[in-house]
Amino acid sequence: MAIRTKPDHQRYTFEGFGSAKYPNLMLRGAGDLNNWPLAVYESKHEGYAGMRKALQMEPGAVIEDVKTSGIRGRGGAGFPAGLKWSFMPKDTAERKFTRYLVINADEGEPGTFKDRAILEYNPHQLIEGCIIAAYAMQANTCYVYIRGEFLWLIEKLEAAIEEAKAKGYLGKDILGSGFDLEILVHRGAGAYICGEETALLNSLEGRRGEPRVKPPFPAAKGVFGAPTTINNVETIAAVAPILRMGGAEYAKLGTPKNTGTRVFCLSGHIKRPGLYELPLGVPLDFILNDLAGGSSTGKKIKAVIPGGASAPVFSEKEFSTPMDFDAVRNAGSMAGSGGVIVLDEDTCMVQACLRLIRFYAHESCGQCTPCREGCNWMEMILHRIEHGQGRTEDLDLLASMTPNIAGKTLCALGDAACGPMDSILQKFRHEFVHHIEHKTCMVSGHRLLAHVGAH
Amino acid sequence: MNHPQPPETSDKPLATGERLPKTELKDFGPEAVKEILAIAAKYPDKLAATLPALHIAQRDFGFVGLDAMKAVAKALSIPEGHVFGVASFYSMYQKHPVGRHHIQVCTNISCALRGAAKLLEKVSERTGVEPGAGPSADGEWSVEEVECLASCGSGPCLQVNHDIYDEDVDEAKLESILEGCKRGEYRAWAK
Ligand SMILES: Cc1cc2nc3c(=O)[nH]c(=O)nc-3n(C[C@H](O)[C@H](O)[C@H](O)COP(=O)(O)O)c2cc1C
Ligand code: FES
Repeated sequence: MAIRTKPDHQRYTFEGFGSAKYPNLMLRGAGDLNNWPLAVYESKHEGYAGMRKALQMEPGAVIEDVKTSGIRGRGGAGFPAGLKWSFMPKDTAERKFTRYLVINADEGEPGTFKDRAILEYNPHQLIEGCIIAAYAMQANTCYVYIRGEFLWLIEKLEAAIEEAKAKGYLGKDILGSGFDLEILVHRGAGAYICGEETALLNSLEGRRGEPRVKPPFPAAKGVFGAPTTINNVETIAAVAPILRMGGAEYAKLGTPKNTGTRVFCLSGHIKRPGLYELPLGVPLDFILNDLAGGSSTGKKIKAVIPGGASAPVFSEKEFSTPMDFDAVRNAGSMAGSGGVIVLDEDTCMVQACLRLIRFYAHESCGQCTPCREGCNWMEMILHRIEHGQGRTEDLDLLASMTPNIAGKTLCALGDAACGPMDSILQKFRHEFVHHIEHKTCMVSGHRLLAHVGAH
Repeated sequence: MNHPQPPETSDKPLATGERLPKTELKDFGPEAVKEILAIAAKYPDKLAATLPALHIAQRDFGFVGLDAMKAVAKALSIPEGHVFGVASFYSMYQKHPVGRHHIQVCTNISCALRGAAKLLEKVSERTGVEPGAGPSADGEWSVEEVECLASCGSGPCLQVNHDIYDEDVDEAKLESILEGCKRGEYRAWAK
């Protein structure tokens, strides 16, 4: 095993980060490769203070504190974490449960690269969060499902788990509380769909990553048939500062129904790409222009995907949207995973759309016909438009397909494909029309598709 | 899921009844079996060790061909059909041989906006192999187009074998990566 020494070029900070206005809760020490060990986490970043506090409380009181914090899931759906935890069944005189906590570190949503930074620089913050969450739900086993490509991060997390064990923070009777916890790391094998929580459970059980029929929901019947809660890495890592500072204090950050900070991932045609931890509700154009320096190409920004590749695109008139779950939803998109992808005006939206839809067609697990066939159809139609073989009726055909996919499948992958498809077609229809009429792109400053390979 | 393209847009015919290539190794060694059983013991159900065992198979066999899949089924005493289904579902299990340096280039949206298409072409040109095709004649290189690797802010990016990513890859950096490969600076693909 080798701990990373190779330098990391990612940007983790901006002017004013770490002040009272822009507190740093999730990215402490990010960028410093010597930041990960337990000793640094405890001496420099108030590490394990939240865990110590939690273990003194009743498990139910910990859930209440997380509810008070108002934190909503950072993995995609934005579901309140405290509420999710409260769905886990409690032991009764007649029935004792084996419960599981599962951490989603699949990080597959294109445009998202935040969980990786937590695993690289603050693995102990994730471990602390796992201990708190598992204690709150009285789960004695926690699985961390990490995407297979992150092999070096798996090794680092395992090293951090060993450190925590040696300190008595994991294992039997943690710090004399009577609570036992074991954390196990499970390596994925390259499938975007395994980020979907029930597909992840199947993958963890050693099966194909196919989403399950719900109900039963994981809180009733999750991994190995037992009650399970699945949370994203960032959600669980945030629980450490929440317990440390108290849920009420955390809830003062952000906006009333969208509390706290989250890590936005900026990529694409942006001058200073990287991770920006910000309180929820900061307007998108402030992030783009004031913090990240605007477009990287000198060309105007034409479109922004605000919440990972699955989110419907924003065009200029939505750029002032406050970046929180509700405001982004009201503006017609979703805050999703926090991946903000910037496209300048030289980007051909037909190519961008094809590139996105090809991803969904490739990653569809194949269980549900609307998604399996629909995504593939959309890819084929877009392919022919992009390659100068489009027909006028293709646009109506595309528009007629999405209502037959979205909401008609077991999981949200189909919806995830329809969001970008519908929004790009609606907002940039003229580019599709141009493509069909002139058999070529309307703008072609960037080539998004390679001329080699099997496409 | 991969589906054939419709005739009007396809530039390649469907591959004819292709078979999985054979591996030299036919079964796991005793050490590997022990390793797999130790992993299986950590889970309430040994089936959960299927993915870890396939990773070990890829390490030992070089790629996950039919013999590797059968070896996994045998080591865990689980149905072969289950292992075939799982192995063929996940894209990280290579069903065909790869080069000693397997270069995986992300071409998803964020990287594409930052020049991944050109990078993929360059990698293909410099190694002399097409993405998705088998390894080069000397067995040194293979190239694969992959989906988002979670390096979007520092794209275009690529991964050599199972090593730490290379990010912000331009032409000069690509040259130093290829040099690094030749000097053996990257984690080996397989045993
Ligand atoms: C197709 C698909 C892919 C997903 N990928 C991820 C992922 O990579 N990481 C993640 O945390 N959540 C992902 N999710 C969301 C999860 O299903 C789930 O909502 C989330 O892990 C719950 O954690 P949270 O409540 O902490 O956000 C995905 C969902 C879908 C439908
Ligand atoms: S798009 Fe290439 S790493 Fe995310």
